[in-house]
Amino acid sequence: MTESTTEASTEAGELHRVNHGHRAAGVSIRGVSLSFGTTEVLRDINLEIEPGEFFTFLGPSGSGKSTLLRAIAGFGPTPTGAIFIGDDEVTGVPPWRRDVGMVFQSYALWPHMTVRKNVAFGLEERKLPAREIDRRVDAVLDLVGLRELADRRPTQLSGGQQQRVALARTVVIEPRVLLLDEPLSNLDANLRVQMRRDILELQRKLRLTTIFVTHDQEEANTTSDRIAVLNDGIIQQVGSPMNLYDRPANRFVANFLGTANLIDGRVENEAGQFVFRTEDGTRIPLSGANLEIGAGAAMFRPQDLQVAAGDGGALAGKVEHREFLGNVIRYSVTVGSHNILVDDSHHAGGRIFSAGDHVVMDLDAGRIQVLPD
Amino acid sequence: MDRFKKIQWGPGALALLICVFLVVFLIVPVAKVVFVAFQDPNTGALTLVNFVDFFNTSLFQESFFNSLYVAGASVLLASIIAIPLAYFTTRFNFGGAVLIQTLGIVPLIMPPFVGAVAMLLLFGENGSVNLLLSDWFGFTIPFMQGLNGVILVESIHYFPFILINLSAALLNIDRAMEESAQNLGASGARLFRRIVFPLAMPGYVAGASLVFLKVFDDLGTPLLLNINNMLAPQAYLRISSIGISDPMGYVISVILVAFSLFSLWVSFLALKGKDYATAQKGGGGLMKRDLRTWEKVGCYAVVILILLMVLSPHVGLALLSFGTVWSYSVLPDGYTWAHYANMLRTADTYIYNTLLYAGLAALIDVVLGTAIAYIVWRTKLVGRKWLDFMAMGAVAIPGVVLGIGYLRTFVEFNVPIVDKPLASWWVIIVVALAIRRLPYALRACTAGLQQVSVMLEEAAENLGATKSRTVRRIVVPLMTGAMLAGFVTSFATAAVELSATIMLVSAQSDAPLAYGIWEFMQSAAGRGPGAALGITAVLIVGIATYISHRVIQRGEKQRSAGAMVAETI
Repeated sequence: MTESTTEASTEAGELHRVNHGHRAAGVSIRGVSLSFGTTEVLRDINLEIEPGEFFTFLGPSGSGKSTLLRAIAGFGPTPTGAIFIGDDEVTGVPPWRRDVGMVFQSYALWPHMTVRKNVAFGLEERKLPAREIDRRVDAVLDLVGLRELADRRPTQLSGGQQQRVALARTVVIEPRVLLLDEPLSNLDANLRVQMRRDILELQRKLRLTTIFVTHDQEEANTTSDRIAVLNDGIIQQVGSPMNLYDRPANRFVANFLGTANLIDGRVENEAGQFVFRTEDGTRIPLSGANLEIGAGAAMFRPQDLQVAAGDGGALAGKVEHREFLGNVIRYSVTVGSHNILVDDSHHAGGRIFSAGDHVVMDLDAGRIQVLPD
Repeated sequence: MDRFKKIQWGPGALALLICVFLVVFLIVPVAKVVFVAFQDPNTGALTLVNFVDFFNTSLFQESFFNSLYVAGASVLLASIIAIPLAYFTTRFNFGGAVLIQTLGIVPLIMPPFVGAVAMLLLFGENGSVNLLLSDWFGFTIPFMQGLNGVILVESIHYFPFILINLSAALLNIDRAMEESAQNLGASGARLFRRIVFPLAMPGYVAGASLVFLKVFDDLGTPLLLNINNMLAPQAYLRISSIGISDPMGYVISVILVAFSLFSLWVSFLALKGKDYATAQKGGGGLMKRDLRTWEKVGCYAVVILILLMVLSPHVGLALLSFGTVWSYSVLPDGYTWAHYANMLRTADTYIYNTLLYAGLAALIDVVLGTAIAYIVWRTKLVGRKWLDFMAMGAVAIPGVVLGIGYLRTFVEFNVPIVDKPLASWWVIIVVALAIRRLPYALRACTAGLQQVSVMLEEAAENLGATKSRTVRRIVVPLMTGAMLAGFVTSFATAAVELSATIMLVSAQSDAPLAYGIWEFMQSAAGRGPGAALGITAVLIVGIATYISHRVIQRGEKQRSAGAMVAETI
């Protein structure tokens, strides 16, 4: 699709003109909670999503991310609290009057209609004149590069093509918000990377407010302006991908985005110098002036450490095992009662430690974050 | 090349044997019927004159249109019964779902003609319902008058075909299909018309065309209700009263086959390329909603009314079998075991014959079904698809037609030891039953075989088992459930087959149960024992159906284990 989308940038413009400019609206979620029976699936969700933003709900399965997306589209039981699209409160409004476009995980293409009929459906429901419908359907099919396949049935298309039809069917109505429910999960790995770039390109071109649901951190990181991390129906943190990775608010976020070393202990003040002390006596100096004294977890990434052969020092230990990951070698090093993961960048002929080797690790105090308990 | 030959020789010989059997007992008789229909009875030359005669005779014209009318009206009535039931179970959170599932099975355990006489006593001009109606309200409804009776009995019996197919189609629609339409602005009636209805349509059409086919071909019900001006009864009457050389029976047979093929073609078209099973794992079925109280009352009322209708042949038959005298009264005058005693005294041969014939036929079906399934799906024999096609083709041949074909083809073939024409030897009844039920058994065996992963066979071969040893030690044991299900289905349906049997029974001592019921029901005095025999048939079929249901359930568990193996690999 990349080729065709670059060629088709004029069609994107076309689509805009016929839609009288973009109508991208923000989404405001205020105090939304939802229970299925006694199970709370969403707990007091508050979010402000800006117009034109690519926003992602990221979380493991069962975290409530899909439920929240469906609530915005108007599916499932009506939650408490309020959801605004632009300036309109949509809580309790039926799905067909919300004007938000949703791409389903299964694509939900109707097998009894051709690609063209599928894409035209929303415009027909909006009672647009036939010529207008034809023009917009052609434009969007050009945009996703499927004009030649317009008369096929969905079952005659590949997974990637079906995905693009689903996307075209949704964006052709120029929705105020575009909702994507794990749209890439049914594609194979290579196609997934391609499709996420294409989706992003399309979103930028049409300036659509987009909410993307995924459990895949790489997908979220590569596409999103901002991410909300969900777990157990609660928003754990909202921020840009880099911000979440660099400054996780809690253990869950630290672990869910990337690999983290988390060591339990206490922040203490030793004569004006803040240190982190673990139960087995390991002592890690901290930088910074206004740290809160008390229990917490020291968090640092495997690449924050430097590893060298040797003995003695604050972070000395024994290599437990190693994993070759290509660009780095990841060692698991036992320090006292802790296992610390450390990445050593790898190049041909580089030095390699083996299980049982004694190593010392160097950790820049500025890289350590203390997460509250 | 040598190896190849060695591997293919066994299946090849087997395929040839099956092929000969099918040609002799299916293709040749049917071809004979078609040939005679186009043959001048005097000169033997090919001609259309028989068809001209047929359409110039007012009785045949009337029969033709009556058959069309009855089949069409039965589809309509069956749809009226089935559509609300299918919709209730798939659209609402409705506690009556179990009731509805029962509704779907109960009619199938009794052939329609068995209940026909009982229906006369319940719904006829002087039947229970009309007696009550005229007492209370002063009017009667001609439920059973003329063709109405056939339509009522047939639609009560065959509506499950629509119910089952339509429910399956509705259950297969993924919720996301509806949600995406709502998301794009559709709702209510438009949503139903544009999305739900077209997605469910293939299932409905498949069910409806099956009902049309079954009703169009049915012989027993019109005969029992004494309606002779329809096609199947005419074919039977021409052959049995005028004789085997009368061309009209053959002309009618050709018309019956043509319409059967047409219905099957419609059903094939409806389903072709429309595997609309859109349901994803876990999220299947339409959006369900709860019923308001008054809606729930309405739903239950409809379901219970239909349940009463559907059960009425069974209830009527039971009353008839226990009743002393039942005439011009709402219920029988008194109750007695006498009919059962009478039945046991006079009808034990019927029961014995039925168990023998149906048992043998089902055995033949399972053996053939397993062999054909294996040849088609596991070998590369040239023309193997044709074998499957031929065996399944029996579906399109009405029992009357097969019966006429056998009479005509085998009347001159003398069986050496018993010294009788093959057409009047009891074994021919077994063969007819086996041929007619082969498609059911074959379908069950094919499904069973497809559940056995090829990898399980490859593993056996890898460890040194030959093809035939693999079949015996791996394939057959894993297919046992499916084979048993096929056996029971064939057995249960063969036990109450009438239309081919009625043509082929040449001596009272060779007659099976269905024939016995028909014989008894001819006279007013025989109705009691006839009903007792009918109840016996219902019990036999009911028990067999229950067993097959259990076996299929157990088989599913087993097979899902097998499927798991395949998936993990």
